[in-house]
Amino acid sequence: MTGTAMLDITGLTHAFGPGTGHPVLDDITLTVDEGELVSIVGPSGCGKSTLLRCVAGLIRPTGGRVVLRGAPVDAVPDGLAVVFQDYSRSLFPWLSVRDNVALPLRRTQPGRAERRAAALDALGTVGLTDTAQKYPWQLSGGMQQRVAIARALACDPVLLLMDEPFGSVDAQTREDLEDLILAVRRDTLMTILMVTHDIDESVYVGDRVVVLTPGPGRVRADLRVDLPAPRDQIATKALPAFVHLRTEVSRLVRDQPGDAGGPGSAGRSAPGDDSRDRNRSRAARASQE
Amino acid sequence: MSRASGRTVARWAAISAAVVLWQVWARQQRSSFFPPPSAIAARMYQQWFSGPASHLFLTPDAVGNVLPSLGRIAAGLGIAVVAGGAAGVAIGRSVALSGYLDPLLQFARALPAVTLVPVFIALFRLGTEMEVATIAFGTVWPILLNTIDGARSVDPVQMETARAFRLPGWQRLTRLIIPATMPRFFAGLRLSVSLALVLMVFAELAGSSNGLGYEMNNAQSSFDMTWVWATIVLLALLGNLFNLLELAVERRMLGWHRGARGRVP
Repeated sequence: MTGTAMLDITGLTHAFGPGTGHPVLDDITLTVDEGELVSIVGPSGCGKSTLLRCVAGLIRPTGGRVVLRGAPVDAVPDGLAVVFQDYSRSLFPWLSVRDNVALPLRRTQPGRAERRAAALDALGTVGLTDTAQKYPWQLSGGMQQRVAIARALACDPVLLLMDEPFGSVDAQTREDLEDLILAVRRDTLMTILMVTHDIDESVYVGDRVVVLTPGPGRVRADLRVDLPAPRDQIATKALPAFVHLRTEVSRLVRDQPGDAGGPGSAGRSAPGDDSRDRNRSRAARASQE
Repeated sequence: MSRASGRTVARWAAISAAVVLWQVWARQQRSSFFPPPSAIAARMYQQWFSGPASHLFLTPDAVGNVLPSLGRIAAGLGIAVVAGGAAGVAIGRSVALSGYLDPLLQFARALPAVTLVPVFIALFRLGTEMEVATIAFGTVWPILLNTIDGARSVDPVQMETARAFRLPGWQRLTRLIIPATMPRFFAGLRLSVSLALVLMVFAELAGSSNGLGYEMNNAQSSFDMTWVWATIVLLALLGNLFNLLELAVERRMLGWHRGARGRVP
């Protein structure tokens, strides 16, 4: 499955502000192979979104290089698509769902009919053919994020970047969207780099999980996820290997050395435990106390 | 009965009641300064709307005075929309331009347009050009300043999306910046439409050989109060008509905005 390097990040360093500035990323080196799905997790403020924007060519890093398919990235490169976290703001409310998906295709496809066909095709992939004529604000949050995914897929990218794509939808919708991404990846062999703050999600969808340290972000760990495919929201998450990995990632994110016996990690992740988001389960515990 | 139609009925009932009260009061007073609405309506009909069918029932007076006024408003507003809209987007999207021009714009906006009428009279002489210049200069500020604000505050997430999907510059302008600016542009246009009527009357009062302001002057100097009132009522009706037209265009262009803000399911 892993072939040549799709993405090569070497010594990536970034700081905001003048002079030496406020460091956000510190010497990140990371390789993503073609067809891989790599999750990036880390505590908030670790610069994971900045990392994604540097890869997308939206931010010029203060140091280091990003190389996509052998070509250095110094502007937004060809063959790349982004799914932003804030779907309600990244979709254009004055365009119908279909026109939102078709808009990026104007650059490469002059024919309106072809663009519309491609847009409908992508909407079919995410199961939203019926909503093509509606406006984004007429849809639920989960459906809007599906539209944003369709817009990215319509471009037929070699590398799909996702910035906490499911951070603001409910748990059930989040699981559906995770499975949608896994299905897309299976059918297209697309390379995907996904930033998330949800530890379970990072393990569930990823082939690899890269854990960043609190800011400035460095690579703390790069873990291979050896879970059988196809993954299943119930069965996969009940596997001892899954529980072990999520505990390991959780420990790394929380910066706890040694055994992972802290409250809310191993003890909370028994099979059948349906609390998936650490913050949510912590909040639930706090409210019980 | 729905709430909306209930409101319409209430509105018309209030207007009708006011007209009836005015009629009763004016009939009792028999003052030549306050003719009853019935006399004003009759005069309006006779003055402007009793022409031949071939002229859409417009009298020569309507063709000679009402139409020129409407034309001046259209021309003045047209110039303000094009100039204010284009300059507004350019200034709003350019940090450098905004920085240089902002103090100047704020100063120019505070300047009442009517004070420049003498300047425009000197520049253009009396007549249509001076009147159009007055209307255009007066109405461009609300449009310009609102458009600047709208163009400046295009959502950064949307701008980043446009960059991430590599929308070319022209498409970024036509597909993102202009649509995103529209709500503020229309907020400015609404103010400008009301202003245009005021400026038209003032410019024509100051010096004109035709138009509604000119007609008002004539009516006043011939002590024909019914004629004066007929002109006032016609101007009020025109003002309302312009507002309705503006709202209709806005509703059509900004359907998405109302929907997105109201979160209509």
